[in-house]
Amino acid sequence: MTLTLATKDGLAAQDAARDKSPLAIRGMTVSYGQKPAVFSVDMTVEPAKMTAIIGPNGAGKSTLLKAALGIVKPLAGSTTVFGKPVARVRDRIAYVPQRASVDWDFPTRVIDVVLMGLYPQLGLLGRVRKSHRDAAQHCLERVGMEGFATRQIGQLSGGQQQRVFLARALAQDADLYLLDEPFAGVDAATEKAIIKVLKGLRDAGKTVVAVHHDLSTVPEYFDNVFLINTRRVAEGPVATTFTDMHLQDAYAGRLAGAQMDAIRAT
Amino acid sequence: MNGSEFVPLSLVPMLTGIFVAVACALPGNFLVLRRQALIGDAISHVVLPGIVVAFLLTGVVSTWPMLLGAAGAAIIAVVAIEAVRRLGRIEAGAAMGVIFTAMFAGGVLLLEQSDTSSVHLDVEHALYGNLESLIWLDATGWSSLWDPVALAGVPVELPRMALTFVGVALFTVLFWRPLKISTFDEGFARTIGMRTDLLGLALVIVAAIAAVAAFDAVGSIIVIAMFICPPAAARLMTNRLEWQVAWSVLFAVIAAVLGYVLAGYGPLWLGLVDSVSAAGMIATVSGVILGLAALFGPHRLRGSAAPIG
Repeated sequence: MTLTLATKDGLAAQDAARDKSPLAIRGMTVSYGQKPAVFSVDMTVEPAKMTAIIGPNGAGKSTLLKAALGIVKPLAGSTTVFGKPVARVRDRIAYVPQRASVDWDFPTRVIDVVLMGLYPQLGLLGRVRKSHRDAAQHCLERVGMEGFATRQIGQLSGGQQQRVFLARALAQDADLYLLDEPFAGVDAATEKAIIKVLKGLRDAGKTVVAVHHDLSTVPEYFDNVFLINTRRVAEGPVATTFTDMHLQDAYAGRLAGAQMDAIRAT
Repeated sequence: MNGSEFVPLSLVPMLTGIFVAVACALPGNFLVLRRQALIGDAISHVVLPGIVVAFLLTGVVSTWPMLLGAAGAAIIAVVAIEAVRRLGRIEAGAAMGVIFTAMFAGGVLLLEQSDTSSVHLDVEHALYGNLESLIWLDATGWSSLWDPVALAGVPVELPRMALTFVGVALFTVLFWRPLKISTFDEGFARTIGMRTDLLGLALVIVAAIAAVAAFDAVGSIIVIAMFICPPAAARLMTNRLEWQVAWSVLFAVIAAVLGYVLAGYGPLWLGLVDSVSAAGMIATVSGVILGLAALFGPHRLRGSAAPIG
């Protein structure tokens, strides 16, 4: 594979794949201190698939997404979304941050959070019309939260908060959905509801990329995996890439045998 | 109280107090939610030496040199904090604490050592301002409000604070959505293309302008109180940002009016002869409002105490 890429045709083919890719990352390097959190990572996401970013704690999974979106400033590296710089295609990207990254005590209601997803349409002073409210309400229905529109967000459970975040992303009506640990600390019902919505998006031709930590659900939920441990370990379809060898590489022997058995059993 | 007494003596200080209180409370709402409430505190500490130096250079208490001096002091503070942080290898909060207190102390020292006896610029003035001295000598009663000759004699602090209030209010209304979204979820705000760094900087600058403009009329105590007390009390009254800001404005106005009246007449009612500092009393009233909201506000129990549905 390396050999073919080294030829002129190979490079051209690689560039073509990147231009078509909903998310192509090249040479991404991020550092918070002395040690890099993400080092020279390349990633080419396949369109209309669900891709899991997996790796051990502190492997740079979330950082890779944040750097790609420009939330953290990388030392080096570039990102294209559908072949264009991120700044020019922001309306095609929906990002769902980690639930714990915001203060849920913030004085606002569920419907207001969902309406934030419509900000690019509304602008600074555009009036929130009934059509906007209806759209937001519909997004809440899709995640099973239609009865919570006027609740204060601090009154929600963890799973409900996660669904509200997903509803906001749905309101953005994007083509590329990037989610940071969408299943962290949520109840089983929420996990089911979220995966149903995400699979629905994929079946409608959208691309979904999620930072994921539960290895046992990877084959059931995702089409592709991207393994990272500061550096890129492997990338490809679950069937061929989600293997013992790659997992041991990514987790650097930190996976106990029992965990490996559990994964194999699924 | 009739117009011929109220308009010349109390109208201007009361209105100035209201404009100061609201101009500080508006950005205060976002600063409190961003856990940056002490920035108001920091600003009013840091700018003091800048204002004093501006006065020493020009010899007069006037707006533009003071604003420039304050801005210069703020820049020096930022550079000094960064230097202390890097050279001393300590965290930013500690570096800020050192610089803020050092600069405020430097400002007080400059004030004490220099000859400022000819004007209203001394330590007490820096802390409590001089709200009571804003007397409208040309006014004879309510009719003076429509008399251009009398209006020309309105103390300059009032139009200055009114203008500051209008600027702060415009900023708040115009950037309401970006401020709200980026305060709640900065990461998301960036992904939809908001310049959250510039917005955060603009918020601090607006707060700084309000603080410096208010400084001359009312001193730094009231500025610190108004950045925090009305918004914090308002947060306990409601679970919606829109209403929180409305409550904070109401509380700020109540504090300004009630504080001014209590300072002027409270001691008399108690049988004492002197009145007390209006700025100090306004700050006190805002503190009492916060205390009452903390005890009786409908939304003082949140988070874990809220029903999980």
